[in-house]
Amino acid sequence: MLGRLTFDAIPLYSWVAMGGAAVTVCGGLAVFLLITYLRAWKVLWTDWLTSVDHKRIGIMYVVLALVMLVRGFVDALMMRAQQAIALNSDGYLPPEHFEQIFSSHGTIMIFFVAMPFLTGLINIIVPQQIGARDVAFPFLNSVSLWMTAAGAGLVLVSLVIGKFSTAGWTGYPPYSGIEYSPGVGVDYWLWALIVSGVGSTMSGINFIVTIVKNRCPGMTYMRMPLFTWTTLCVSILIAFAFPALTVVAAQLALDRTLGFHFFTNGDGGNMMMFANLLWIWGHPEVYILILPAFGIFSEVVATFSRKRLFGYKSLVYATACIAILSFTVWLHHFFTMGSSANVNAVFGIATMIIAVPTGVKIFDWMFTIYRGRIEFHPSMVFTIGFMVTFVIGGVTGVLLALPPADYLMHNSTFLVAHFHNMLIPGALFGYFAGLNYWFPKAFGFKLDAKWGIRSFWFWIIGFYLAFMPLYVLGFMGMSRRMEHYADPTWQPYLVVAALGALCVLAGIVCIAVQLYVSAKNWGSARDTTGDPWNGRTLEWATSSPPAPYNFAVLPEVRDLDAFHDMKIRGAAYQAPVQYEDIVMPKSSGIGPILGALSFVLGFAMVWYIWWLAALCLVLSLICIGIRACDDNSDFVMPAAEIARIENARLAQISAADLHDMRDFMPRGAASGAALPGRA
Amino acid sequence: MTELTNSRLFRRVARTVPLFLLFGSCLLLQGCGVSNAPVLFPKGPIALAERDLLFTAFGLMMIVAIPAIALTLYFVWRYRRANEASAYTPDWEGSWKVETVIWLVPAIIIIALGTLVWDATHRLDPYKPLASDKPAFKVQAIALDWKWLFLYPELGAASVNELAFPADRPLNIEITSDTVMNSLMIPALGGQIYAMAGMRSELNLLADEPGVFTGRNTMFSGNGFADQHFKAHAMSEADFTTWKDKISGSADVLDAKNYVELHKQSVANPVSYYSSYEKDLFELILRKYAPMVGPHESEAAELICRGAA
Amino acid sequence: MGEMSVTTDLLEHEEKKSLESREFGFWIYLMTDAVIFALLFASYVVLSKNSAAGPTSKELFDLGHTAGETALLLLSSLTFGVATISMSEDRSNRVVQWLIVTLVLGLGFLAMELIEFYGMIAQGAGPGTSGFLSAFFTLVGTHGLHVTFGSIGICVMIGQVLVKGLTLPVRSRLVRLGLFWHFLDIVWIGIFSVVYLPGVM
Repeated sequence: MLGRLTFDAIPLYSWVAMGGAAVTVCGGLAVFLLITYLRAWKVLWTDWLTSVDHKRIGIMYVVLALVMLVRGFVDALMMRAQQAIALNSDGYLPPEHFEQIFSSHGTIMIFFVAMPFLTGLINIIVPQQIGARDVAFPFLNSVSLWMTAAGAGLVLVSLVIGKFSTAGWTGYPPYSGIEYSPGVGVDYWLWALIVSGVGSTMSGINFIVTIVKNRCPGMTYMRMPLFTWTTLCVSILIAFAFPALTVVAAQLALDRTLGFHFFTNGDGGNMMMFANLLWIWGHPEVYILILPAFGIFSEVVATFSRKRLFGYKSLVYATACIAILSFTVWLHHFFTMGSSANVNAVFGIATMIIAVPTGVKIFDWMFTIYRGRIEFHPSMVFTIGFMVTFVIGGVTGVLLALPPADYLMHNSTFLVAHFHNMLIPGALFGYFAGLNYWFPKAFGFKLDAKWGIRSFWFWIIGFYLAFMPLYVLGFMGMSRRMEHYADPTWQPYLVVAALGALCVLAGIVCIAVQLYVSAKNWGSARDTTGDPWNGRTLEWATSSPPAPYNFAVLPEVRDLDAFHDMKIRGAAYQAPVQYEDIVMPKSSGIGPILGALSFVLGFAMVWYIWWLAALCLVLSLICIGIRACDDNSDFVMPAAEIARIENARLAQISAADLHDMRDFMPRGAASGAALPGRA
Repeated sequence: MTELTNSRLFRRVARTVPLFLLFGSCLLLQGCGVSNAPVLFPKGPIALAERDLLFTAFGLMMIVAIPAIALTLYFVWRYRRANEASAYTPDWEGSWKVETVIWLVPAIIIIALGTLVWDATHRLDPYKPLASDKPAFKVQAIALDWKWLFLYPELGAASVNELAFPADRPLNIEITSDTVMNSLMIPALGGQIYAMAGMRSELNLLADEPGVFTGRNTMFSGNGFADQHFKAHAMSEADFTTWKDKISGSADVLDAKNYVELHKQSVANPVSYYSSYEKDLFELILRKYAPMVGPHESEAAELICRGAA
Repeated sequence: MGEMSVTTDLLEHEEKKSLESREFGFWIYLMTDAVIFALLFASYVVLSKNSAAGPTSKELFDLGHTAGETALLLLSSLTFGVATISMSEDRSNRVVQWLIVTLVLGLGFLAMELIEFYGMIAQGAGPGTSGFLSAFFTLVGTHGLHVTFGSIGICVMIGQVLVKGLTLPVRSRLVRLGLFWHFLDIVWIGIFSVVYLPGVM
């Protein structure tokens, strides 16, 4: 009846695990009670959970990412603490538990922090940047969100019922096979990946179609803001790469559940195929995480340098180059598997070539800053921190791309330091910059800058403290994933790294305080114009927060910096002669229901509860069938209602709120001339 | 944000960065064991060549990396909003000259690195036998949970969690695994290569002089992973003869039955010696993962390939 | 009344736009599916000689049976094409008839595939026997699963044509289902030429 699910699944084996379970359960319970206390269930359901509005879906993605960031960071803190004390001793974590922690840390950070964070920001912003009213498939968007949440749910539940994988976030077989990892851990990992991976694939398809089909008049490809460009490239990467993850995860699941022999030791399995398939997804995935951040940096650096983006075309081509090249380098993740020198050299060189377009981007941002008027908004400060720190990561990346050097550094903490060097300053700082930059767009008031700057300093100092020692430890021969060690010379470095983690903790606390303080003082930091930073791109043309339809009248784009151009021309904030009806998608409960079903399906597959899995599958098919027959998924918002909303908004804006545009020439006039002196 | 906080912020940046660099370099200089870092101070020509490649590439990249970091910081400081005296070109959107330089210079460096890598990858191919006037010393390494078994075909003997070889001869290691994926590495002597069940991989290393180096499995393999390290002894001729006598005098033999016993999981297995091992043990372990129809030719083969059952 | 018709026009216009996007999106979905199949093909090619202690492809494949499956599936693609032509001629009864024929052929294909699978498993050549058979069952089975979902789709669309007639959304859905069905045909040709033909050679 319940498969292999028994009372043994409750983690009574260690107080640390029990504590984690208790925190998870209490956290869930607290949220439940809070919502009940606020009597917010109905509002939550009708306005949020069932919403197909891209802005609300985006916000929910980001909330999911921030919650999971805390969980993933606790894992990191526990690992650093363990390694700081575990010289010739077992520390406070038994190996079995330590292994679960490093596995869940990686899985959570990549799949349930970075992915939802970037998907959320893309959701909130891209339709507005291209002058669209919504994404191409609003309902599908909701399904994507809830499948991602279902995957996250599976990882969280594994803390309470059963165990998580001990095979690391890459889960290499044969270790992750049923013979060497017989428990439910790897299955939790696999089903979380499969469920959320399908959601991501659908997001990718959705954004390709949105960007290709829904751009407003005049928005040619070479007038799309860089964030939209990176989103387009990333969406294509998602659509091509995520199927590989689905395949490899499904194959491993078949090996484990039904005794197939894709990756087993012997019986005709081939474990090297796993590495190939995983990294055919995995390397593009790195760029899926980083490119959107590059897009954010491009927007932020232009806005807060008060200057047009330098080398727009170069940046676009560099992005496209990176996207294409990302599919040609996967083998560099296993130079040490014994490929021939020719193969290793070709992949090593292909990898290094990516450094060229990436380097170009850094220089383009640098020249955007050059002769600008830099304002140290938190998002700009994160961008500067990124530019400096990312160069170090790029250098170590090229070092790892040299096969003979990789033989020395592979599987070492040098590697760990390298990819954190890419993903923390490269991706996460970008998302934080985006959070600070676009928060007023989503909520209508600005985030507190002081706490934003503080969070930056803690994050960057914490980053250097935590990861520079790991580079050194790599040279000293320390492997990754060690639960304890015998070399006393390593310990000082690990202690410093642990201090770094504490520093990052302070950075996270600062972000929490920033959100709290800003929400408390929201009245004094309101954004009435919809354009708090004198922005350049179309998302600043809408109100903050935008009306459900974003644009009452679809804008006409004449320039790369569409909104900037409108402000100069005096075309911004103008009421049209007449408002027209707008067709909007209806909310739908099927999204969250499908999410819930895929969660239960994953849970049932993990525990071998076959009837429940079959039931979920049938119910899911019925839901999809119902939706496939629905011809009434839209409604019409009448012009009168739109006129009311728009007039109220325009009435709020006074001339004093508008930005001074005197520094900027009308487009076409003497664009290279320097303006000495005046700010 | 006001100009005031801007400049204050700047002073804070200006104060923090040097402090931080100072702290970082102190940490490095004061040693903390870096002088023993096997990757930076290798003890064999292979590791040395690999390290030199690392250094050369690092140096080459500094041509781009240092200006990138320095100019970023300088520009940020120079063109801060508070500095109203600086030039301001709000509509400057590109320059062919700049673009050419920023595409070409990294490209040239990568071309240089690329030729370097092509050559180095072939020169340092771990499968390539090392040139020496003496024949290579052959060792067969087998990854087990969680220990390393070394077979010495020349001696007909075997050891667990200890590797010994004559320092003046190249070391040729044949590697496989009788468990999950492992990776064999002796960082002071050179890079690593994976050990995979049913497959044979190879590593060719050489030590400069007699010495003791740490080797380990670098690929996470389970609960005993942290303790899966061993000492590799490069020995002078005299020392090696003594060691040979010691291992040959061991009362233990690694026959099929004892191998099945050894194969069981153990954490921090003590160093042990076997004066002999089952004939063709390495090949039998390889064959274990390529199942054949019908019975094996000997009882030992049956035991090793099909387990105790 | 005038207001009402403006609204209807607007809805219809938006619908047209949305259906266009859906068709484009569906092509991209097919591309992702093609990636899945490409990787399953690659896995099969890698593992096809790894029959371990189990039977080899030569001992298992029966080209005659496969030819039958192929005929059924190719024919079903043809009949779906005829249904699409009938749709463009606005003859909904003919559409339903040809869809039913397609469905029958599709189910026939599935039945033959199941018989093949059952026969193999009965003689001890199930997917758990060797890497080769794991890859075989996964590749061919995934295709079969797609045909199953396609068949369910045909049932749903027969119902929609009967109940709603050939409305704009129904036409669009039929076109997309048709794309899906023809796509499966192409994949099958791949399976025939990568799995079965070399398997018996």
